[in-house]
Amino acid sequence: MFRYIAKRLLAGVITIWFIATATFFAMHAVPGDPLMNDKAVSDEVRKNLEARYGLDKPLGEQYIIFISNMLRGDFGISFTQQNRRVNDIIREHFPVSAILGIFAIIIAALGGILWGALTALYRNRLPDILIMLLVILGISVPGFVFAATGQLALVHVNAIFGVKVLPVAGWGTFSHMLMPALVLGLGTMALLTRLMRTSMIDVMGEDYIRTAHAKGLSKQRIFLRHQLRNAILPVVTVLGPQISAITTGGFVVEYVFAIPGLGRYFVQAVQQLDYTVIMGTTVFYGAFLVLMVILVDILYGFIDPRVRVSA
Amino acid sequence: MNYRAHDLKREDFAPLEKSQLDEVVARPSLSYWQDAWRRFKQNTRAIISMYILIALAVFTLGGPLLWTVDASKQNLNQTSQPPGLAKHALVVSAFERWTLPTDPSRPEYGDLPPEELANPEGLRAAEAPNTQSVRITWRPVAEAGGYNIYRHTRPPTSMQDLGLPLGSIETGNVHGYEDRLNLKQEDYFYSVVATDGFDEAETYATLQLRPQLAITREHALEQGLSEDPRAGDTVTLAFYPLGTDYLGRDMLARLMEGARVSLFIGVIAPLAFVIFGVAYGGFSGYVGGTIDNILMRLADFVVALPFLLFMILFKIAFGIGPGESGVIPMLVALVLLSWPATARLVRGQVLQIREQGYIDAARLMGASNHYLIARHILPNTMGVVLVTFTFAVPMAIFAEAFLSFIGMGVAPPTPSWGSMCNEGVKTMLSHPHELILPAALISITVLAFNLFGDGLTEALDARMRGRE
Repeated sequence: MFRYIAKRLLAGVITIWFIATATFFAMHAVPGDPLMNDKAVSDEVRKNLEARYGLDKPLGEQYIIFISNMLRGDFGISFTQQNRRVNDIIREHFPVSAILGIFAIIIAALGGILWGALTALYRNRLPDILIMLLVILGISVPGFVFAATGQLALVHVNAIFGVKVLPVAGWGTFSHMLMPALVLGLGTMALLTRLMRTSMIDVMGEDYIRTAHAKGLSKQRIFLRHQLRNAILPVVTVLGPQISAITTGGFVVEYVFAIPGLGRYFVQAVQQLDYTVIMGTTVFYGAFLVLMVILVDILYGFIDPRVRVSA
Repeated sequence: MNYRAHDLKREDFAPLEKSQLDEVVARPSLSYWQDAWRRFKQNTRAIISMYILIALAVFTLGGPLLWTVDASKQNLNQTSQPPGLAKHALVVSAFERWTLPTDPSRPEYGDLPPEELANPEGLRAAEAPNTQSVRITWRPVAEAGGYNIYRHTRPPTSMQDLGLPLGSIETGNVHGYEDRLNLKQEDYFYSVVATDGFDEAETYATLQLRPQLAITREHALEQGLSEDPRAGDTVTLAFYPLGTDYLGRDMLARLMEGARVSLFIGVIAPLAFVIFGVAYGGFSGYVGGTIDNILMRLADFVVALPFLLFMILFKIAFGIGPGESGVIPMLVALVLLSWPATARLVRGQVLQIREQGYIDAARLMGASNHYLIARHILPNTMGVVLVTFTFAVPMAIFAEAFLSFIGMGVAPPTPSWGSMCNEGVKTMLSHPHELILPAALISITVLAFNLFGDGLTEALDARMRGRE
């Protein structure tokens, strides 16, 4: 198990380096730079600015500086926000995105497992058909449409009841979080429901389920201990990549619901060509996602003993 | 019967008549694809989705031939119109000064304190109201020093509810008001409060009216609605079956043009990266060994890149000049990031197929590598590849929509479904059709491709053969 974890971590580190390198060179391939924004500056001012940000050095040297700073966990200063360190921006805004994302993942996973198990139990009957119809809809509707309709629904609900049932936008309390997390999790929930249903149906046909029935175990016990536990495995595998989808989906939800998360900052930084913020957030997100996938894989090892043995 | 060896004579070994060997084939023999098509046809959902996809193709390619309205033409007279039939409008002259009704027998300023001023009575429209101007009048209030006029879209509930006045009259003997401010064809509630010149009375009178749609002569001429429009005529306005957006551009034409962008990216990008993935994966799997290892490691790295983050980065990195739509950079970015999934899949397939008996057989018969790849290996991966392609299309459409939605996608004025959603979301509370229409089209397209892909998977899955 330790060897397995060590191997995965090493691959993860190389991946993060790859992400950092790709980001660096992609950024420097962009026509224009953050210094030629609004005002025309004299050559002298420009030279001074370039020297301050290290843009006058050859690309290779800039790359080495970037990597060595990154290793020390320093992403530099923002170009567009005077004297604001990228680390501070991440420290301030990432927790917001993370809380929203974690909440959305919990909603999606619980909902997906529940609905998936339910549809498998009621296979080809009304609940199954209804839920699967919703699932197909959930997979086919883009996330921002969910976000927009969710907000629209809140506006109408608040208008009908005449009181603020849930806030329409903003951030701060638990009630602010409810609707954004729900709309963020919906797409993933639909996907997980579908996966859970297939996996549940597969498990129900297994011999050990028949054995359990033959042993005279109660239906509840078979459902909880045998079917559900085995059927959850594929759901856990896709959870890693789905965390990535939810994180980027968060950009849109943060935009629609005016949530001060890191996603909104990233989009803004890209529009302003704020090199350091873009590179900092990309590498940070990339590392975060790589770590999540590894974590899920390790978690998988704990749930499914077969993985541990083969590794 | 019991034959012994010496009982057998030479005649016993006469060849059989050929006719006796014939086995009877009860059904026509079907190729793999014919069989798949047969199974696909039985899947109602897949067939319906196929028809939807054909309809979409017709809408995208044939639509602009039938509906030739210019998608970029703005009509500021009809912004944010909901879907509906063609509207008729009254032609009015551009601007005529209205001499406000004045009662010269009354003083300009009265003496009463504001709380004792009476309610304006006889509040009515002086002329038939239209969207160019609304003229209201009332009987002057005794001793008033002026009036405040308010406009609401719902009846006001109290003095406090009135809010800010639309305008005010500063003398008490003028008893009329003309409103030309951004009038729409909807119900308005005009309220009038008498003042002593500064402070308001405590009561107000309200009049409900609905302006008739009107257009000025100049605009009617400019838009070619009539040869010689005269004030008082009725003309038929430009027809927008699906309404207009916030700049008065035709939604139907924009949806068609947007479809061309969205579906172009949605189909061409997957096509490109699937082809690349097939070549890459096929080569890697067929060659095997160290080269295979290196190639697959590279694919692993690309898979690990956070997809949408790098879409944004690459799209910016390729840059778009002024006047370009940004479709090509998005296409390149999509291809660069999406090929590894297909490559891995095809490689796995090739590794499997390479070990099959028929490959050995073909090799024994002297088949060259080229022949093996082209005739045996690639055709056998086609089923999986086709399924990958149908599921890659929704992914690409989503990616385009997502990028355009956050303003990183196709540059305006080129419409795409995603950028139309982006514009629509800003006005979704007042004009929901601007968001609903493109969003519905995205959803229907993705839904159709998903169902089509499901049907294809089932039809091509060898395990399902002969199982019905």
